[in-house]
Amino acid sequence: MILIEGKDLTLGYEGQGIISGLTFTVSEGDYLCIVGENGSGKSTFVKTVLGLVAPLKGSITLSGGLKQNAIGYLPQISDIQRDFPSSVMEVVLSGCLNRHSRIFGYSADEKKRAQYAIEKMGMLEYSKKSFHELSGGQMRRILLARALMATEKLLFLDEPVTGLDPAATSELYALLRNLNQSGITVMMVTHDIHPALNDAKTILHLSHDGWFFGTKDEYFASRMGKVFLKEAGHDN
Amino acid sequence: MITEIFAYSFLVRAFCVGLFVSVSASLLGVSLVLRRFSMIGDGLSHVGFGALGISALLALQPMIVTIPVVILSAFILLRVSGRNHNGDSAIALISSSALAVGVIAVSTAGVNTDLNSFLFGSILSVSRSDGIVAAVLSLVTILSYLMFYHQIYTTTFDPVFAKATGINTGRYTALLALLTALVIVVGMRILGSLLISSLIIFPAAVAMKLGKTYLSVSVISACEAVVAFVIGFFLSYAFSLPTGASIVVIHMFIFIAASIVKYCRINFATGK
Repeated sequence: MILIEGKDLTLGYEGQGIISGLTFTVSEGDYLCIVGENGSGKSTFVKTVLGLVAPLKGSITLSGGLKQNAIGYLPQISDIQRDFPSSVMEVVLSGCLNRHSRIFGYSADEKKRAQYAIEKMGMLEYSKKSFHELSGGQMRRILLARALMATEKLLFLDEPVTGLDPAATSELYALLRNLNQSGITVMMVTHDIHPALNDAKTILHLSHDGWFFGTKDEYFASRMGKVFLKEAGHDN
Repeated sequence: MITEIFAYSFLVRAFCVGLFVSVSASLLGVSLVLRRFSMIGDGLSHVGFGALGISALLALQPMIVTIPVVILSAFILLRVSGRNHNGDSAIALISSSALAVGVIAVSTAGVNTDLNSFLFGSILSVSRSDGIVAAVLSLVTILSYLMFYHQIYTTTFDPVFAKATGINTGRYTALLALLTALVIVVGMRILGSLLISSLIIFPAAVAMKLGKTYLSVSVISACEAVVAFVIGFFLSYAFSLPTGASIVVIHMFIFIAASIVKYCRINFATGK
């Protein structure tokens, strides 16, 4: 079942196109890695999929019961203030605001779901902690728990491993692998070649001279894929 | 002394208005300080002074002129601050311009106008109708803050995530601007345009030294505002000091105490 379909998209800002003619699909259960050098339109791609900016041309259609406000988005860590006073529970609970209807406070059911999401990330003992006292890896897991509150189908991560040490990075990838195997579709913008090599099913490469969209095998057989492998030191 | 104060109806009125304004300002302050909008309160109070000057010159009801002018400026300032990094210079430009216009208007209006009470506030200037307007506006502020608490939290903590999950962040920023403008207009009568922004910034700054969760920061902020106002109010009566300045000085002492508590907590409580 197709969740997101982009057709003949021109992406850019202030009327300046960066990527044109982009066509891609994301199906249920997919694991899509979005790669590409800085300034190639990855951030614009993220904003367009989230519905925050309109494409200059073309269309993005959500289907298969995926609603625009039910994409489990995990922002870049630099977009979040370091010294913001907030408990872990407050952060995770805010993920359910897209389905929230009560005027004052959260319902018992919402609190239970938050508890469950935190537990799933292995962070239960930290639920009363202050968010900014956590390590980078722990923060990512809490933001992942918040994203899971917002979605049942699709996670969309924007450079989730930036600044993480190797151990925390592979832990995060393992969590994502489990979530993907349990049926959640994963989309990830990344500079790291490892998830693209190991976990991804499809790859979208954005670059100044065009784009590539296809399965992992097709990608690494293509010219763009080979260049990426070489740059990452995986060419032999 | 307390029964003595409450024997005067204008002091009771000033006390209630001050309390209401303090609590609303302290709640808005948490969000404004966290979003790096602290200076907007300062800028708006100068705009309020300019508007008061003009209303004195044209012999109009002060509230009728100040409310729309300050609300309009709040929207302009939030828009400018959100869009580029020149936000702080925009605030400085607008506040000094408004101050200049206000000074000229007041001096042209003549001797009947008390410049001092515009700048530093005056308990005596709180009329019965002012009191009612202030109470209503403060209640509206506190109620909308409570109703949209979670939305304001998410908009402040992570605006991109908030937008992606369908929260209209622009609307909550506008609400914040509107409420801030109203609190400033009302509070200016007591604290004056030079001191009103302290009601917004001090409680949040103290709370952020002590609280670790957003809820605790909001609650501490509101409590600090009440404590500082009550102590400042009674001190000013007991020692015949200017009310606005007394309240701000109490805020300052609490802030210093909170800083010391935080310093001790970091340096001595970790067992190092």
